[in-house]
Amino acid sequence: MNSQGLSSYFQFSNVDWNAMMTSTWETIWLTIVSTIVVAIFGVALGLLLFETTNSNNFFAKLLNWIVSLFVNIFRSIPFIILIVLLLPVTQSLVGTIIGPRAALPSLIISAAPFYARMVELAFHELDHGVIEAAESMGATRWQIIRKVLLPESMPALVSGITVTTISLIGYTAMAGAIGAGGLGNLAYQDGFQSNNNAVTMVATVIIVIIVFIFQFIGDFAVKRIDKRAK
Amino acid sequence: MIEFKDVTKTFDSKQGAVHAVQDVNLKIEDGHIYGIVGYSGAGKSTLIRMLNGLERPTSGSVNIDDVEISALTGKALRDQRHKIGMIFQHFNLLWSRTVLQNIMFPLELAGNSKAEAKQKAEHLAELVGLSGRETAYPSELSGGQKQRVGIARALANDPQILLSDEATSALDPQTTDEVLDLLLDINKKLNLTIILITHEMHVIRKIADHVAVMENGKIVEQGPVLEVFKRPKQAVTKRFVNEEVTPSLHDTTAVVDELLEKYPKGTIVQLTFHGDQAQLPIVSEMLKQYSLDLNIIEGAIHQTQEGAIGTLYIQISGDQDQLDGALAYLQKMRVETEVLNRE
Repeated sequence: MNSQGLSSYFQFSNVDWNAMMTSTWETIWLTIVSTIVVAIFGVALGLLLFETTNSNNFFAKLLNWIVSLFVNIFRSIPFIILIVLLLPVTQSLVGTIIGPRAALPSLIISAAPFYARMVELAFHELDHGVIEAAESMGATRWQIIRKVLLPESMPALVSGITVTTISLIGYTAMAGAIGAGGLGNLAYQDGFQSNNNAVTMVATVIIVIIVFIFQFIGDFAVKRIDKRAK
Repeated sequence: MIEFKDVTKTFDSKQGAVHAVQDVNLKIEDGHIYGIVGYSGAGKSTLIRMLNGLERPTSGSVNIDDVEISALTGKALRDQRHKIGMIFQHFNLLWSRTVLQNIMFPLELAGNSKAEAKQKAEHLAELVGLSGRETAYPSELSGGQKQRVGIARALANDPQILLSDEATSALDPQTTDEVLDLLLDINKKLNLTIILITHEMHVIRKIADHVAVMENGKIVEQGPVLEVFKRPKQAVTKRFVNEEVTPSLHDTTAVVDELLEKYPKGTIVQLTFHGDQAQLPIVSEMLKQYSLDLNIIEGAIHQTQEGAIGTLYIQISGDQDQLDGALAYLQKMRVETEVLNRE
């Protein structure tokens, strides 16, 4: 087994394609599940931030301050440190600290605050006149959220979740490096530690393709939803 | 009937208290088109927004048919808002919805079923002249069409009152006239009270029957439109009226000066016609009765909801007794005459 030189990248006979397949599905599963949960938590947190920003109510202000602090803290912790930091939490939530499921809590906790900020920004960018128009028609707060805020900011929400998903794919690879499975895990263990550069190469190409696919889906969805002037 | 009683609104700002509205008393009868005119910052926007509770008076009360709007909160306020339509300068349509879905929006808010809302919205789209455009998105519409959607949406819950917040200010003159005609039509068809705020006297003249002039948060003059147009009392009102009736007053003054110079013997007279007189051949009758030479300098006639109003600048020359006779004749015909002299 020659593992030296540039040609080692292309010795595909050294690649275990079954393992590669399994790892690819693990990465995709991790990405999709964490994206869904992050989207839900992110929109909820973003909405909470938006609704409490300009309030005069003391509790709303306090809530805004707490949520804001939480978002800022978890957004600033480097992901690789967050995983280690959350090991005990993961252990008690998932029951294990290895495998794809164990990567979920840290993926979600790191990406949801990031997305929440984007959601808040998207709401702030809406024309205030439209919200006021809905108010003047007797809309309740909840009706405004459901019928105005969410549909009107949908393109921004979707492009935000696309960006978040792509950074999540990067995070899954990082999580993989410390035992969460997926392509990152494979590239690290079967590629780097076994001096098998072809595995690293193939894993990289597959990750790039996954990123491209998610980006394409996101862009396509935004184009379909966005009914503003083209 | 709508009634503002001693309404004052004060905003706290970093520069201190701002009196947006001060001691406003105003009564608006059902079915009227009431215009509130003023320059920007006069407080008219704050005033109109009190009618649907978007603003709350600092003191005083706002009543619609014995319901004190300014005291309502929560569900009672929202229910009241269903009955008051509002249209906006920038339309404020939902871009993610089609024309029909935009019109359905307030109906959904009020708890109507989708099927009911759709049927009503189709009818309204037809009423405002948008048949065939129901599936278009706002970004595909012209400004005038967008405001038509805004009007249809405002009418969805069968309101008794329509508030118009500078609804034509973002539109070109022709589209403005089309939208105003539509509002007038709706006012007559549905017997809807319309309260509109604007900084364009043209809008008032075209559709309003009553007008209030606002300056620095106060109503400085109010009354039937023709009355205010005829005899503006306050300086700000005169400015608005002049802008409208004689857009080129300055040019006219220059021309008058020049004519006075050229024909020192002639007499220059400004005639103001109101209502029916504008339709009578008064000047031609005058020329038949008195032997005078006539030179028209400038003239304009405008239609208001209560009749026409016109101004005419003429130069007449001839014998003094003929001149005096002609002026007396004009007085007799109830035409306001003013002989212009060099100052």
